[in-house]
Amino acid sequence: MCCMQIGWNYTIRRIDFYIYSYYVIFEQIFQTLKTLLDQAQLQITLHRLAHQLVETHLDFSDTVIIGMQPRGILFSDRIVALLQQIINNKKIQYGRLDITFYRDDLHKGNALQAPAQTDIAFSVDNKRVVLIDDVLHTGRTIRAAMDALLDFGRPKEVELMTLIDRRFSRELPIQPDYVGLSVDTLFEQKVKVYWKEKEGNDEVVLL
Amino acid sequence: MTLSVKHLLGIKELQTQDIETIFKTADNFKQVLQRPIKKVPALRDTTVANIFFENSTRTRTSFELAEKRLGADVVNFSPSASSVSKGETLIDTVNNILAMKVDMVVMRHAASGAPWFLAQHIDASIINAGDGVNEHPTQGLLDAFSMREKLGNLKGKKIAIVGDIMHSRVAMSNIYCLQKLGAEVIVSGPPTLIPKHIASMGVQVEYNVKKALQQCDVANVLRIQLERQHKPLFSSLREYALYYGVNKNMLDSLQKDILILHPGPINRGVEINSDVADGQHSIILNQVENGVAIRMAVVYLLSGNREMPD
Repeated sequence: MCCMQIGWNYTIRRIDFYIYSYYVIFEQIFQTLKTLLDQAQLQITLHRLAHQLVETHLDFSDTVIIGMQPRGILFSDRIVALLQQIINNKKIQYGRLDITFYRDDLHKGNALQAPAQTDIAFSVDNKRVVLIDDVLHTGRTIRAAMDALLDFGRPKEVELMTLIDRRFSRELPIQPDYVGLSVDTLFEQKVKVYWKEKEGNDEVVLL
Repeated sequence: MTLSVKHLLGIKELQTQDIETIFKTADNFKQVLQRPIKKVPALRDTTVANIFFENSTRTRTSFELAEKRLGADVVNFSPSASSVSKGETLIDTVNNILAMKVDMVVMRHAASGAPWFLAQHIDASIINAGDGVNEHPTQGLLDAFSMREKLGNLKGKKIAIVGDIMHSRVAMSNIYCLQKLGAEVIVSGPPTLIPKHIASMGVQVEYNVKKALQQCDVANVLRIQLERQHKPLFSSLREYALYYGVNKNMLDSLQKDILILHPGPINRGVEINSDVADGQHSIILNQVENGVAIRMAVVYLLSGNREMPD
């Protein structure tokens, strides 16, 4: 009797597993594109993040904002524009950082990536730095960014803002300070952030 | 983003796309060189050997700086202080250096074609830093890069190469590079220093330097390479300076501004006068500055198609 019960439970779990597997496969085939944030939601999130920044950095007198090339700058451009509105067009030091030469996978069999422009026209010595990127995944880009950042001085502190945080997929001990949306994803999935300036529409999708 | 070649032996083998890729990457490295810390860790895992069988100050310093600013380990090698003077062959010398786990070789050699020969026998990437009278690809690239920086797109621009064309690897690399970028090339100098076959490369030959300068936007003035001239090809340096030297009076009489380049080392008062070399239209020191960025780009891009050990 006892043994039968264990067998029955086991069978149910097996069935559960099959149903779930079919569901995942089904989702992958028929719902390959899932919207995480539509345009209205993205607007609200951007406003919230900008206000959160103002909350901690007030007038941005000793804060610098650094957007990550190539895709993070589309996000940081928006945030900086919103910040300007909130703090009445006070000057915000804003730079762009490319981390191609700091990657840890340069000669690991991948093709080299085309570098983008780094443009940081100020010292980050004793500044509070806010790094901004669109999607946080393994954390390796941010590791490289911190390495690159140190070549421009010794910041007082470094914070990280990300629009999408792909939870539980970190390979390094790096966590964001400001998050637009946390999502659970499989490693094989991709999160794409589309911007009006580049792709013509504002949307975040899971592929 | 990779080059279509594994080695940089000559510009003749490069595609126009490769040259554009090198320039774009060099733009980024030039920006790195303006920073307080002029160094990136991209080639931490790479060792480069600079093997110079011929004398050099600029090219060798430039390559060494470029490699160090990419974070690579560098070994320098000169034949006078090595076993080459004991009769070791080129392949043996290079293979011995490669056995010490060197990933890339930068080589200058007095024999034209030496890097091609070496490329057939070794696996590491080779960068030609000048071979005999054949090519000096990084010089050709940095010259074109410096012109592009001042003039924008080189398509349709006229560039005069003045002086000792026959013994100049810089001239060859310049011609290949500029033609691939869509520019027109005029060569000028004494008939004895301009090889007859040069017209077959599609360049215009103009023996009168002033007439050549009148037509062009840029003049790249080359050094008289006395060390390669085994028989007299012109009567005296003074005569050469009088008829073929570029000086301020000549430039003033053109009624227009042209850019002046010189790959160095300069024989002041022979092929170019000090008033031109140090004048406002000279970008000779910009060339040297750009040389580091161009060489960083070349070393970085060639490191990309390195075969990885499993």
